[in-house]
Amino acid sequence: MMNLLNAISHLRSSRAKSRDAKAGADVSRLRSTRTGLGGALVAALALAAPAAAQDIAITNAKLVIGDGSAPVEGSTVVVRGGKVVAAGAGVAVPAGVERIDAGGRWVTPGIVAAFSRVGLVEVDAVGGTNDRNAPRTRFAAGLDIAPALNPMGSPVAVNRASGITRAIVAPGGSSNLFAGQGAVVDLGDDMDMVTKPRALQFVAFGEDGSAKAGGSRAATFLLFREQLLAARSYARNPAALAEWGNDAMLQRADADALVRVIDGTTPLFVRVDRAADIVNVLKLRQEFPALKLVLVGATEGWLVAREIAAARVPVLVSPLTDLPGTFEQLGATQSNAGRLKAAGVDVSVGVFDDDDAHKMGYATQYAGNLVALTRLPGASGMSWDQAFAALTSAPARAVGMEGSIGSLRPGRVGDVVIWDNDPLELGSRPTAIWIDGKAQSLTTRQDRLRDRYATPGEGALPKAYDR
Amino acid sequence: MIPGIKGSLLAAVSLALVGCAASDGKPQTASAQPAAEKSAKFNKDPYPSTYRPYAGRPTAVRGVTIFDGEGGRIDNGVVLFADGKVEAVGGGDTAIPAGYDVVDGSGKFVTPGIIDIHSHLGDYPSPGVEAHSDGNEATSPTTPEVWSEHSVWPQDPGFSRALANGGVTSLLVLPGSANLMGGRSVTLKNVPSRTVQGMKFPGAPYGLKMACGENPKRVYGGKGRAPSTRMGNFAVNRATWQKAAAYKKKMDEGKAVDRDLAMETLAGVLAGEILIHNHCYRADEMALVIDMSKEFGYKVSTFHHAVESYKIADLLAKEGICSAMWADWWGFKMEAYDSVNENVPLVHNAGACAIVHSDDANQIQRLNQEAAKALKAGRRMGINVSDEVAWTWLSHNPAKALGIGDRTGSLKAGKMADVVLWNGNPFSAYTRPEKVWIDGALMFDAMDPKRRPVSDFELGQPGEGDVK
Repeated sequence: MMNLLNAISHLRSSRAKSRDAKAGADVSRLRSTRTGLGGALVAALALAAPAAAQDIAITNAKLVIGDGSAPVEGSTVVVRGGKVVAAGAGVAVPAGVERIDAGGRWVTPGIVAAFSRVGLVEVDAVGGTNDRNAPRTRFAAGLDIAPALNPMGSPVAVNRASGITRAIVAPGGSSNLFAGQGAVVDLGDDMDMVTKPRALQFVAFGEDGSAKAGGSRAATFLLFREQLLAARSYARNPAALAEWGNDAMLQRADADALVRVIDGTTPLFVRVDRAADIVNVLKLRQEFPALKLVLVGATEGWLVAREIAAARVPVLVSPLTDLPGTFEQLGATQSNAGRLKAAGVDVSVGVFDDDDAHKMGYATQYAGNLVALTRLPGASGMSWDQAFAALTSAPARAVGMEGSIGSLRPGRVGDVVIWDNDPLELGSRPTAIWIDGKAQSLTTRQDRLRDRYATPGEGALPKAYDR
Repeated sequence: MIPGIKGSLLAAVSLALVGCAASDGKPQTASAQPAAEKSAKFNKDPYPSTYRPYAGRPTAVRGVTIFDGEGGRIDNGVVLFADGKVEAVGGGDTAIPAGYDVVDGSGKFVTPGIIDIHSHLGDYPSPGVEAHSDGNEATSPTTPEVWSEHSVWPQDPGFSRALANGGVTSLLVLPGSANLMGGRSVTLKNVPSRTVQGMKFPGAPYGLKMACGENPKRVYGGKGRAPSTRMGNFAVNRATWQKAAAYKKKMDEGKAVDRDLAMETLAGVLAGEILIHNHCYRADEMALVIDMSKEFGYKVSTFHHAVESYKIADLLAKEGICSAMWADWWGFKMEAYDSVNENVPLVHNAGACAIVHSDDANQIQRLNQEAAKALKAGRRMGINVSDEVAWTWLSHNPAKALGIGDRTGSLKAGKMADVVLWNGNPFSAYTRPEKVWIDGALMFDAMDPKRRPVSDFELGQPGEGDVK
């Protein structure tokens, strides 16, 4: 999907996105200006020695746990040693813990970007800064995005400032059917970005898959099956790989990765949109029963919602996709997410098919739109509580990490956001963020540009001296 | 010019073409009239609008909060419209004449319909298959002779989404930005039609799409021809404008000219009849374009995308040039790297004309939401724009920039009844259009599935007539 849409839109006027990126435009990279809590010096220190986790108690909060329960006013959340230890209305503040009065504002877990490329891309059309795709590699499933992640990239800071604290990051594509292994990351202001490496394997079926596999859906499904069977043989007899020689269907690294897919260790995120394709993807478990499938996109999912629910397969949607952008999205509607949810499917809300690297902050806007749909006759949406959980605990569950991220239940990471308003309302912004219990900078290079040009015109010296 | 044909033969050919294209359809002869008159006979409207307002009923919407589009606000107000025109906008005591349909909008909001000044609907329709890729005539860096209306597919399902989810009542469909001069744009009413002529906004001036920066130099540099640099962009533009100036001079002096469709568009720009819509991201490039426009005697109506307008907002205010902007798109290419979330309010605050645009079949469905994000970002830095003033970014300012501001874009007596009833404050994520009227005709009603247009393409497909 992304491939095609990008290909056709890259000249549409403005958005030269990833696919027309020209490598070689290796201009000097503008590094994000990180100013820590008030200046370059603080930033430098922060980078040299990341802030330690604080023990904090945020009181007087309109508290959202993120598990689908309703907000509760007058609540407290306590974070110690980087983890949530308690959150709720009757929680006492332990001695020796810094008390932060939220003043009645919304306090939530950080948003988990459900499907993204944050950290992999600085500027889409500047090839050297774009590690989304690897179209000329000889490897595929074995690719691991972890070393491509750049925690210093300005998209990390910009996404964080919009309330994103964790992200599921998937590779875009390789030269083969499987795109490689994604990671769960944090968006903290430090050099350690990876929360869980090799947290997922990504593959596209449908039109994108066909393009990789040789031109048809039949080729896609056969290639998928043959590669998994080859990996299974390899698992039983690793020496066989050498015997296959040049006829090997897989590189060793690819086989290793696929073995973990076959046995369910690594969730398999599958981009798929057409209803019939979804049904066929669900059937893959007949031959590979341990596959831990997660559907990505599922634009026509509502047409087969019962089948998806029965298979107990989670779905990540970009919920405002409502145009028949391709023939596999003819049934597109913004009511897809609500209908899936109503059928009992575990639905996460993400931001993809438009910008999956820079604008994860759209997730809250999209979720707010789902709430709006509940007021529209004939439409299906989500309640506020469901919609917010679709941004936090649902993606955590999809990637098998509900025990550690995505909510403010005890034991989860101390990713806490205080908002200036209802987080699903337009333009609401965090006023404070902790990741793993560490206070985060909310300043981005965009803010610095804004401040420099807050008053137009030059001063006594050019703008270049104004910082 | 037609290669290989010279001298008198060329003149004869051109005159024959002139005759064919004469607006009154009568044969013209070369010697019968002065040349200047002949030139004027080039039909400036050969594909005329056939749009006529659909039938509406006299309607009163009462109990609503009204943003009039020009910055005014009335709480618990009444909007009256009939015969396609706004009749009155007033407070709760406004008399509702007998025989009017009354819509009780308590707790709801009424605004002028949103006008998107930057769309490619119809030219890059859904589905986005190669066969539908009709937005860039990327075979020459200057193609002022192409007209985007000749690419518009009226069956693009995107029009209906922009109406039902976006409250968009008019839009400008532009050629893409592969070319320095991409061709003419067309202003449409967002009504379903069998033909593009049935959508054309009657009497709207034409526009010319131009593009700065990365796209033209990448596309043509990649083909090994000019322009391959930003300086090449300007060189090709200036040479083309110089040619256009000579063409126009000939016309103005009453000399016979070989009709040249490209030059005709550019001469229309130099005569002030065709408005410039200039895709341009970087502040420094906008400043250069302004000088180029003065060098050749034209005016830029609007810089589109204008990601760095905030850096030169004072200059844009002084020059009277609008900026059509996104709320927060950034980072997809180098010239979009210096985006700030406060671009729209910073431009507005400097006294320049600010417009929120989409350039996208998805964002056109929620331009009100994009404006809301920009509005909130501005307020956070102390730029306190009211909701009702912010609505100028969505209707009045784009209408003025399109040259249709005297007919639509605000709720003033006598203007087109392009009206949206929102089921809440349109700057909230929880709000949707409930009814949309275009020229007083109810074209969308969220409460009535029969008032939900379904394009030919979607008829008989999964989800036909569904909420979208």
